[in-house]
Amino acid sequence: MSSSPSDSPSDKKLKLLSEINRRDFMSLCTQVAVALGMANTMVPKIAEAIEKAARRPSVVWLHFQECTGDAEAFLRSTSPSVAELVLDILSIDYHETIMAASGEQAEQILQKTIKENKGKYLVVCEGAIPMGTPPGPGGKKGAYLTIGNRTGLELAEEVCSGAMAVISLGNCASYGGVQAQKPNPTGAMGVGKALGIKTVNIPGCPHNPVNSVATIVNFLLLGTLPATDRYGRPLFAFEKRIHDQCTRRAHFDAGQFVTEFGSEEAKKGFCLYKMGCKGPQTYHNCNIIRYNDHTGWPIGAGHGCVGCSEPNFWDSMSPFYARLEGVEVPFGGVESTADKIGMALTGAAAAGAAVHAAYTFGKKKAHKENIIDTESGEDK
Amino acid sequence: MGTKLVIDPVTRIEGHLRIEVEIENGKVKNAWSSGTMFRGFEIFLKDRDPRDAWYITQRVCGVCTTLHALTSVIAVENAVGIETPDNARLIRNLILGAQYLHDHIVHFYHLHALDWVDVVSALRADPKKTADLAYAINPHAARSGAGDFKAVQDKVKAFVNSGQLGPFDNAYWGHPAYKLPAEVNLLAVSHYLDALVLQAKAARLHAILGGKNPHPQSYVVGGMTCVQDLNPDRLAEFIFILKDVVDFANNVYIPDVMAVAPFYKEWAGIGAGLGNYLAYGMMPEDTSYDPKNLYFPRGIVMNRDLGKVVPLDVAKITENVAHSFYEGDGSLHPSQGETKPYYTGIDTGGKYSWLKSPRYDEKAMEVGPLSRMLVGYASGQKDIQAAVNDALKKLGLPATILFSTLGRTAARALETKVVAGKMDHWIAQLLENIKSGNMATWTKFTMPDSAQGFGMSEAPRGALGHWVDIKGGRIHNYQLVVPTTWNGSPRDKSGQRGAFEEALIGTPVADPKRPLEILRTIHSFDPCLACSVHVIDPKTNEVYETKVV
Repeated sequence: MSSSPSDSPSDKKLKLLSEINRRDFMSLCTQVAVALGMANTMVPKIAEAIEKAARRPSVVWLHFQECTGDAEAFLRSTSPSVAELVLDILSIDYHETIMAASGEQAEQILQKTIKENKGKYLVVCEGAIPMGTPPGPGGKKGAYLTIGNRTGLELAEEVCSGAMAVISLGNCASYGGVQAQKPNPTGAMGVGKALGIKTVNIPGCPHNPVNSVATIVNFLLLGTLPATDRYGRPLFAFEKRIHDQCTRRAHFDAGQFVTEFGSEEAKKGFCLYKMGCKGPQTYHNCNIIRYNDHTGWPIGAGHGCVGCSEPNFWDSMSPFYARLEGVEVPFGGVESTADKIGMALTGAAAAGAAVHAAYTFGKKKAHKENIIDTESGEDK
Repeated sequence: MGTKLVIDPVTRIEGHLRIEVEIENGKVKNAWSSGTMFRGFEIFLKDRDPRDAWYITQRVCGVCTTLHALTSVIAVENAVGIETPDNARLIRNLILGAQYLHDHIVHFYHLHALDWVDVVSALRADPKKTADLAYAINPHAARSGAGDFKAVQDKVKAFVNSGQLGPFDNAYWGHPAYKLPAEVNLLAVSHYLDALVLQAKAARLHAILGGKNPHPQSYVVGGMTCVQDLNPDRLAEFIFILKDVVDFANNVYIPDVMAVAPFYKEWAGIGAGLGNYLAYGMMPEDTSYDPKNLYFPRGIVMNRDLGKVVPLDVAKITENVAHSFYEGDGSLHPSQGETKPYYTGIDTGGKYSWLKSPRYDEKAMEVGPLSRMLVGYASGQKDIQAAVNDALKKLGLPATILFSTLGRTAARALETKVVAGKMDHWIAQLLENIKSGNMATWTKFTMPDSAQGFGMSEAPRGALGHWVDIKGGRIHNYQLVVPTTWNGSPRDKSGQRGAFEEALIGTPVADPKRPLEILRTIHSFDPCLACSVHVIDPKTNEVYETKVV
């Protein structure tokens, strides 16, 4: 850490940073470097960039139609811990789940934050924005959610208009989520679509905190948000398909499938495709980073992926236990011998099925209602 | 006419809550509780595959995550007539127990503690005295030397000096209702930070048996999918993480509650509320899920009478909409209700909440840790009786103190102790099954064309029930009656207040501009608003589509 002789704000910041456990801090920087696909030699530069920031960046965290699962997910961050995020890295000025002040006192903080930091604060959104109008004499657009006597939509417009950037965490804030599934009774939408703005979307149900922390630190480091795909998802986390990096992929290629939960095949960790796994159509890095400090992930727990990082997965990926359409079971292909053995064992020989190399190389296929045309609101 | 005060949003809770009170002579004279968000779960559950219901309803709440999933699979299994394997019961009990340990710790330190603990006062503490105090409370607590407390104090000082107070800005520091000495405040602030780290570790228990937390993903109608995790390395990881979490609960959390409570004895006489306590019970001791064999018993304590437990009759549950944003003012059983959204804007004389008003035998009920502990106590559940009696003896207080804001907070801590003490028992049973070669985690079934069922369990915040009606192999109707609907409900047609509203009556308010005392009582319930707003219409099967303009 460089030293500063003066009593400047940055000096104060350096003193503050000296309070952080150095090893934890370097661990964070390493994690960020890995998540962003950088070489280890970047780690000291990342550390330096964060340490040079004179003020912790102001964050306003808004809750709309949500279950607080994404705030809870953020709390599960381990490197850095949420204590470090709150005390050392960010200035989380408004966050209804953790802030001490309520009501009028909370509203004062919000107004102060967005005025004093106009154009310089980050907004993190959790939950969808209801755009519908409830029936009844008090009905007005967005009134399915009110906070401090205004609608969620009005709050979002006010706060997001002065933000430097808006990050949507979880499938709800990104694309409307659970409440936007058919028939979408409240007219729920993702924040980007509701406001007609570009947001960085970090979906998942809930999102993985490694991805949100990496996005935020990327922002602190480079002053820009990460490159995204057409659904607004950072490429570093959503570029690759679950199926392509799945720990059970070898079993798929070998034609070894689970056909009953709790079975011998399930005990052996065979492929869950036939149990409805949506890994072949889902882009997410949870198979690499896993959840809760690398402890587990759904397919590891013996349950198929439901595609929670995809727009409108509630409709397009359900029923969750129905086999995904349009996926060809391999025949020959990657490991011809193993395939034959596997199919003989499982009796899963898909008669005459051709090798679909397209799947091996990650071409996305539409099925039923095409997920591409749904809630993204981003450039298509 | 008193002073009107509106708190919106109420923070440090799950979801969107508005509280309005009328204050007269420094006390709350009247109160109105409003849930201000609607999502419509029952509407989009219609026509779905019943096997998907657990995954969808789990998204009702990410704080009491896992509970809706559990209650949903129980409801569908009840409808289909499936008896799940013993291992599934044990895994579910372990996931549920882990949820309680996690949730109650987070509630106390991160959602509730700042109602009792003055963070700024901690800066004036003598770290040496805090260390002496910590040693006196519990000589086995880790990270409790003078140096540890000094480091925390310096960290907080640096934070304050930075001028960026973040979530601690514009709060109620210095409020006369804060009573703790500076040294106790420093102790609590230190444990607030420790608990932030600990809770992330505690959540890993779910990730071992459920792939992730929040929203673990190993549930399935018929059992659990995590058969591959019933092996020595995963279970060892579970056991040793659990050991650390239980250690924190027993050596930090519970002693902290016991250390703070004596400074707030007057709060044993505030916030009593309804005096009717309802519990569905939880944690089955055998695969029949028979209500008689639940570790936490089912029943009702009426009018604070601990001498009698009224057996629960599910048919006596109704929901009223007189003061809710739905058409009409009727009361119907959840399985017969007909409700249509009808938004008036908040009108405390008329309709003022998206929550409905559940009532049992037409009476308002409180649910949650206090209800479970009281029903367990009155039922003669030995572990619960021992935990309660031991705590009351240490504090030198009678059982009547439990009927209060402080009692609610203490009951949550004591419940944590009870759950923590039971986890080893289920782990041992699971290991016995595995040793004997019983690895079954799932029961095969065929989805019937038509069936009805219900599931009951307990979220950390209180009694949770799901009702499912299957027709044509699809969900015809699905209903949820959840804890904060009971606790946070508006008045019913007869004018009877809900539990939050009733508990606020008489709460002192020293300064209406800084309503710390109101937050104290509301937070003692651990509100969870996302859970509590629902609409059902099984009769007409009508779907309320809203035009997006």
